[in-house]
Amino acid sequence: MVSAVMNRGGGHASALRSSLKNVAQFVMVLMTTLLGLAAVTFFIGRVVPIDPVIAIVGDRAPAQVYERVRQELGLDLPLIQQFWIYLKKAVTGDFGNSVLTTNPVMTDIANTFPATLELATLGTLIGVVLGVPLGILAAVKRGSFIDQFVRVLGLAGYSIPIFWLGLMGLLVFYAKLGWVAGPGRLDVTYSYLYTPVTNIVLLDTAMQGQWDAFWDAVSHIILPACLLGYFSLAYISRMTRSFMLNELAQEYVIAARVKGLSEMRVIWRHALRNAAVPLITVIALSYANLLEGSVLTETIFAWPGLGQYITNSLQNADMNAVLGGTLVIGTAFVLLNLVSDLLYRLLDPRTR
Amino acid sequence: MTGAPLPLTSEPSGMRAWLLSPEPHSRWQARLGRFYLGWRSFSRNPLAVVGLGIVILLILVAIFADVIAPYSPVTGGDLRTQRLLPPSETYWLGTDDQARDIFSRIVHGSRVTLFIVVLVALIATPIGLLVGTVSGYLGGWVDTVLMRITDIFLAFPRLILALAFVAALGPGIENAIIAIAITSWPPYARIARAETLMIRNSDFIAAVKLQGASTPRIILGHVVPLCLSSLIVRVTLDMAGIILTAAGLGFLGLGAQPPMPEWGAMVATGRNYLIDQWWVAAMPGIAIFVVSLGFNLLGDGLRDVLDPKAAK
Repeated sequence: MVSAVMNRGGGHASALRSSLKNVAQFVMVLMTTLLGLAAVTFFIGRVVPIDPVIAIVGDRAPAQVYERVRQELGLDLPLIQQFWIYLKKAVTGDFGNSVLTTNPVMTDIANTFPATLELATLGTLIGVVLGVPLGILAAVKRGSFIDQFVRVLGLAGYSIPIFWLGLMGLLVFYAKLGWVAGPGRLDVTYSYLYTPVTNIVLLDTAMQGQWDAFWDAVSHIILPACLLGYFSLAYISRMTRSFMLNELAQEYVIAARVKGLSEMRVIWRHALRNAAVPLITVIALSYANLLEGSVLTETIFAWPGLGQYITNSLQNADMNAVLGGTLVIGTAFVLLNLVSDLLYRLLDPRTR
Repeated sequence: MTGAPLPLTSEPSGMRAWLLSPEPHSRWQARLGRFYLGWRSFSRNPLAVVGLGIVILLILVAIFADVIAPYSPVTGGDLRTQRLLPPSETYWLGTDDQARDIFSRIVHGSRVTLFIVVLVALIATPIGLLVGTVSGYLGGWVDTVLMRITDIFLAFPRLILALAFVAALGPGIENAIIAIAITSWPPYARIARAETLMIRNSDFIAAVKLQGASTPRIILGHVVPLCLSSLIVRVTLDMAGIILTAAGLGFLGLGAQPPMPEWGAMVATGRNYLIDQWWVAAMPGIAIFVVSLGFNLLGDGLRDVLDPKAAK
């Protein structure tokens, strides 16, 4: 212990230098990845068979009008210059206007993103709260009933189409049993009882003391959140199991047992603490995956989030909105991956 | 099987002895022996055998769809009397909104599913293999550039990238396949690169190089075959994901177009009749579930046999 502290004290300057170098490397990776994301969406926007000029002026416009609009849109410039203009706009959050809602795409995204965030966060919470203990139990009681159960849960989670399970959930819990509220975020009657501040309904209603509205919101969110939570649980429990099995086979666990520590203490204090480091990466990844899974879930539950916004725009060939939304979700995905990577380095002394 | 002494007697142990011979007389014998050993450990895993059974069943159903399906998958019966009927003896899984037999549509839909899975695998695997092996073998700036591109594609959530591509290319099954293939190759490239890095410095590569083999020859003839087994495992494990993505695209109306009996699109139709005619949405969903479960089980089993390091 003492020597470890001394070592760290001695190598402080070099540690700082190497962490600075790491940060620089991270920024580089982040920049090139984001640049690549922008290039891909730009490219997709260019291969669209719909002529954006005709979409604006109509196909019977005179040639001069067509040419003028073409120049206004910058489509006569060389591709690389067009990409540069696209990049400059994207950095300032300007993705053009949505044809469907006529708002700037960024405004629409800002309005819909909190709903997606609310759903994905609750889903991840459910996945972590249930998945981690299940995974630990499966690892500790390897080969037992609970281990088989976790295995089946995981396999099913990797095989069930999320949109189908959502529909079946609606059928059983909403239509047949009436336990939960149907599609949507809140009943219309409650939607005037509070003022949207954060656009996260659960927070807003709770902070303003509108408990009726709050419970209605809970009843709406619980089914889609459990659905996402299940897919998160399938992944998290399986990974927790394999990390715990790995840790429980280490020598320090044997040492702790030889010292006479209780089994509970060995598992929860010693093994879990070491398994927690890679687990954080997994949780961040599953959070990122839920952002993606929300596209289908939101469509089924008429949840007014980013996923539904993208699919609605898709069905109306509203490319500005589709590409803006894609870029935003892609960026969130990249950032979450980077954050989990940074956390890993921060928490695991071996990577320093 | 030339050159090998074939003790093909009625005694099965003779056959096994030939397969397990420590000194095979031909390449064929060695390969068959390896295959037999692999099969022995594979068949010890009951779940993997179930998975294989499901996949074989899918292939058989797809081949004999015309024989198995009692009704046409595209044209329906009488719209006044045979619409949205519940499962019965005549219509095993009920009928849909166009009075078509759901069972027949699911049977024919297996062809669509198989078509998607096979084509995606045929497009994505060679791309990933080529990018990964070239990147790993050559190293240097080629490696940096190729891996950066791979990372960018990996950074996108798969379904959303596929959605954006389909939006640009236009809905349809071919475009859905292209979009899924474009989003599938990056993990294969990563795996092939990791394998190549291990193979690159081995003695036999040095020996081939000293014999004057060209770089393409080394990559295609000596590196690629060794990357195949871990790649096959990964592709098989991915097939469930491919099926689910394709079904998701179909569900959103961006994949196969009506009246093609695609399972995801069938669930989407059933969505309109969910509460009173639940079977319209439920049945095709079960088909998707069973088939992706089959590929997952098969992939798990194959991984245990071909790539024991990766198994837990």
